[in-house]
Amino acid sequence: MAEQKTVTFIITRQDSPDSAPYQETFHVPYRKNMNVISGLMEIQKNPVTANGQKTSPVHWEMNCLEEVCGACSMVINGTARQSCATLVDELEQPIRLEPMSTFPVVRDLIVDRERMFDALKRIKAWIPIDGTYDLGPGPRMPEKKRQWAYELSKCMTCGVCLEACPNVNDKSDFIGPAFLSLPRLYNAHPTGEMNKGERLDALMEDGGITGCGNSQNCVQVCPKGIPLTTSIAAMNRETSIHAFRNFFGSDHA
Amino acid sequence: MAEHREFMYRRLHSLLGVVPIGIFLIQHLVVNHFAVYGEESFNKAANFMDNLPFKLVLETVIIYLPILFHAILGVYIVFTARNNVNRYGFLRNWLFFVQRITGIITLVFIAWHVWQTRIQIALGAELNFGMMEDILTNPFMFWFYIVGVISTVFHFSNGLWGFLVSWGFAQSPKSQKIITYATLVVFIVVSYIGVRTLITFAYGI
Repeated sequence: MAEQKTVTFIITRQDSPDSAPYQETFHVPYRKNMNVISGLMEIQKNPVTANGQKTSPVHWEMNCLEEVCGACSMVINGTARQSCATLVDELEQPIRLEPMSTFPVVRDLIVDRERMFDALKRIKAWIPIDGTYDLGPGPRMPEKKRQWAYELSKCMTCGVCLEACPNVNDKSDFIGPAFLSLPRLYNAHPTGEMNKGERLDALMEDGGITGCGNSQNCVQVCPKGIPLTTSIAAMNRETSIHAFRNFFGSDHA
Repeated sequence: MAEHREFMYRRLHSLLGVVPIGIFLIQHLVVNHFAVYGEESFNKAANFMDNLPFKLVLETVIIYLPILFHAILGVYIVFTARNNVNRYGFLRNWLFFVQRITGIITLVFIAWHVWQTRIQIALGAELNFGMMEDILTNPFMFWFYIVGVISTVFHFSNGLWGFLVSWGFAQSPKSQKIITYATLVVFIVVSYIGVRTLITFAYGI
């Protein structure tokens, strides 16, 4: 081959949280089966724009490189997804990379995902097992239920469902699809079930489950294939029943 | 319960759209359909509805207050979304978007429709076939009513789907798909009932 094949990236960059975003174009030598991150690594090695200008290397976040950690989410050609699992061969060129707009930008493609960690605390996304003495083994979980719950446990807090949701934005305080599904996982656990009411109460607070407008983008874009909209509908039913019990009943659990 | 106010309001908003507003919508379009059977039968039906006992109380409790609540919270809901159908063009996302558009169209239509009919009647105009004939023989008004009625029926039908999901009746993807088709049938049937009546008023056929 006389000429080296190249891949073109158009990247939305931002130097600091408060500065204005701008775009830069890069040509990167093509390799077979490369993913978006390997393109970004080439830019890091040789941070020169398409018109020969030397620039600062592009910043992004990554960790596991196998679509398990959720750190490398970004908007690739208009769709939020994991940059490690997105292959260049499957993309239209030029490849446009942007940070996820739902989150505050830290630098270039790095966003501050703090709101999701706050959300995990809000919905009590854990199972309390600590005591002042040995509580012994917990109740057993049927294998079939464990397999089902495993699918829900794949959530990696990547933020892609929040980015795709029209109701998660600066004008609303909606917590986001992932955090309507996770309480279902923890409520399904035999020990987690003991705090079921608290998680349902959290979902019924302002910005909770009623923020969902059923656009169902979340389930379409979830990189882990989590049945988010099924979970949301299930928690809709749970919170409906919980509300009736709180109002008409007297056994507040 | 005070801390769950938004939850209660949103669930109530969803419920009111079906009961009583949705029920009223169907009743309204069905009674109007008497027009298709002739001027006489429309006047008889309209007269019956007009002379219901406790009419003002029924109207206020079943129609005015629920629509007012649904409209005010609805407009707020419309403006808290950032629609992204150009990036995520899935069917449900489009329906989400159209639900908001038709909500606004329906609000404008209903406001005009109430002014043009109910308020004029309260001010002394006579409720009969001729009133609607006068309005709908104007081609602009005819098309305004066509758009208004179809938009209202769409908003109701898709809202019925939303109600079944938001209250947790339909959970599985399969059940949600089947009610998508069922509400599509509702949309087509109820639209026909409404549009057919408009054609009779406008063209006498």
